[in-house]
Amino acid sequence: MAVVLLAHGDGGLLTRELVEGVFLKYFNNPQLRQLSDSAVLSLPGGRLAMTTDAFVVEPIFFPGGDIGKLAVCGTVNDLAVSGALPLYMTASFTIEEGFRLADLERVVASMAAACTEAGVEVVAGDTKVVPRGHVDKLFITTAGVGLVPEKVDWGYHRPVPGDAVLVNGSLGNHGLTVLAARENLGLDGALASDCAPLNNIIKLLQKHCPGIKMMRDLTRGGLATAAKEIAEACGLDICLQEEALPLDPVVRGAADILGLDPLYLANEGKFLAIIDPAQAAKAVDILSQNSYGRNARVIGEVCAGSGNVYLQTPLGGTRLLSLQAGQPLPRIC
Amino acid sequence: MLKRLNDPQLGREMIRKVRERAARLTERLGRAVTLMEVCGTHTMAVSGTGLRGLLSGLVELRSGPGCPVCVTPARDIEQIIAFARLSGVTVATFGDMVRVPGAQSSLERERAGGARVQIVYSPADALQLARDNPRWEVIFIGVGFETTAPLAAVSIKQAAELGLTNFSIYSVHKLVPPVMGALLGAGDLKVDGFILPGHVCAVTGSRAFAFIGEEYGIPAVVAGFTPVDILDALYVLLDLIQAGDHRVVNGYRWVVRDDGNLKAQRAITDCFYTGDAAWRGFGVVEGSGLFIRDQYAQYDATQKFAGAGPASVAGPGLATERVGKSTTTGGFGTGDFLEPRGCRCGELLRGLITPPDCALFGGKCTPASPAGPCMVSSEGACAAYYRYVTNQPRLPGVVNANSGAAGSGAGCRKVEL
Repeated sequence: MAVVLLAHGDGGLLTRELVEGVFLKYFNNPQLRQLSDSAVLSLPGGRLAMTTDAFVVEPIFFPGGDIGKLAVCGTVNDLAVSGALPLYMTASFTIEEGFRLADLERVVASMAAACTEAGVEVVAGDTKVVPRGHVDKLFITTAGVGLVPEKVDWGYHRPVPGDAVLVNGSLGNHGLTVLAARENLGLDGALASDCAPLNNIIKLLQKHCPGIKMMRDLTRGGLATAAKEIAEACGLDICLQEEALPLDPVVRGAADILGLDPLYLANEGKFLAIIDPAQAAKAVDILSQNSYGRNARVIGEVCAGSGNVYLQTPLGGTRLLSLQAGQPLPRIC
Repeated sequence: MLKRLNDPQLGREMIRKVRERAARLTERLGRAVTLMEVCGTHTMAVSGTGLRGLLSGLVELRSGPGCPVCVTPARDIEQIIAFARLSGVTVATFGDMVRVPGAQSSLERERAGGARVQIVYSPADALQLARDNPRWEVIFIGVGFETTAPLAAVSIKQAAELGLTNFSIYSVHKLVPPVMGALLGAGDLKVDGFILPGHVCAVTGSRAFAFIGEEYGIPAVVAGFTPVDILDALYVLLDLIQAGDHRVVNGYRWVVRDDGNLKAQRAITDCFYTGDAAWRGFGVVEGSGLFIRDQYAQYDATQKFAGAGPASVAGPGLATERVGKSTTTGGFGTGDFLEPRGCRCGELLRGLITPPDCALFGGKCTPASPAGPCMVSSEGACAAYYRYVTNQPRLPGVVNANSGAAGSGAGCRKVEL
């Protein structure tokens, strides 16, 4: 008997099968089939970007953020990487009976602070309280809308061979931070989530680098899964240089010990951008001057091909990156 | 030193030297040099660094029985699933075990069906789980080699000191030297040398593997896990083969002593006795399993939950039950170990095939839907090949914005950054 497994929610191969086999089967429309971070909808007055997301992180408070900040940043970033200027969002709270009111207020205050930084407003909401054990503490579901400026045309149809691939900073910090906090791995103080609203830095980039072709949010499944999805959707290869990937030494070391690949760990303040190579250096320069892009790097390029992602290793070898298959699990020895 | 061990420039220079040496040897042998990396972590490292491809045509690297998840036989998986089905029991396990398929289920599926399965990072975490939840019966799945067994032993001793009554271990710990003896004794493995597991040797000592050279005339090098470590071991190994020298060389001296870690060895012998154990692909290997001593019987899940085996397996002694052919008679049989149909994990673990030789590989067996454990474990050879080496099938349905306009698959070229 086929059942839903935890791995169906990891953003990788099984998630894709679930989306293909169930959701797209019934919600069959061109916008959803793009499987982008937001749907960009052409309306009589312009283009509207719309997104929705659910947040179920454990623990709900972690170094560098909490479930509330995550909910706002995740929604804002989904809009921003689609080229939209985020405007409004809604939030639905599913709360477990017995959840501390003070913790709820802490979460909501954190959301408000993130909204202020991002310049968005929560304009509608909903609250449900369920019996103890029916959810784990607190789930937040959001929707967000934004407007896409007239001149912005981002998407899978834009990349061509030779385009540069860049990221705005160190990879895997969020995934490892939450894992370390959940499993009490003793990395306290050494790690913090990169959770941040990226719309302002992306707006800056849009203004100075019109050669941006597309962006993706590097959340579940990390850089590797996002790159693979882009390569498949574009029908091109993406060639990455392992030596160019920005990784904090703590993330690199801890992931190595645990047998986890940081390229598959989630981020909450990182994007991948594909950009005209002539503007790549300028983009890195602009990003580097911002706290959310301090470790921005060009990490590779788009190549002719058929949907593969290659990683050139420091030894000069090549390995393939694929969609994440199952949750990242620590090894035994 | 760590910086040096990960220095890409040094690594690239060493690759040049290894390739040169391998080319000379290949010419002399008239074929590629065949080496076995015994340890799963080495398997992942040689695939993840692209080393396998860089040495292609010169050195063929085969995986051996060094992934603890992969060598756990199907009947033990069934037993673990049976434990998970017991009311009030929480199975505490390393993450890799969760997705290993049994005949019809897995811990992942049991968890989806309501079983309590908790991923832990060490036996100490499982012990803590039992202390924090006195109403739970916590069974820790003791999978691993000499590297993890001492930690399990310590947790048993601590449980005894604390007087815990809700903690036990299902010990399927295994010892690497006996299975290497079985592998070589079978006579069907054709390799020119071995890369030995650094972590295991840190406990056993390099001398525990000296018999490989002395009895079977095959050289071996104990290796660490950074690219430079592995390349250094390859270099030395190729040198030994070229010279016809059959020694076992310790190439990981800053971690591994000839006699190993005596304290860890003592912890193991204090809590465990050695007995015959079943290995996937090997059948029963004499003296290769670690079983909990009677002194600590209350922490032995096979005794504590003696009626809880799968239907075909009654009571304790499961892991020591002799099925298939014994290694002493030569050759291996799978007996009633219920391997998945068509799965060749067993032959893979014996170094007889590489993952693409299995008809299920990449088709009916993928990381998303694994048929055998070698596709599941983060140290499994099939997982390494699938993840790092092969092309995966495209999934239908995603809009391909450039369909029809794609290039000819020029692959990766050097990007100037």
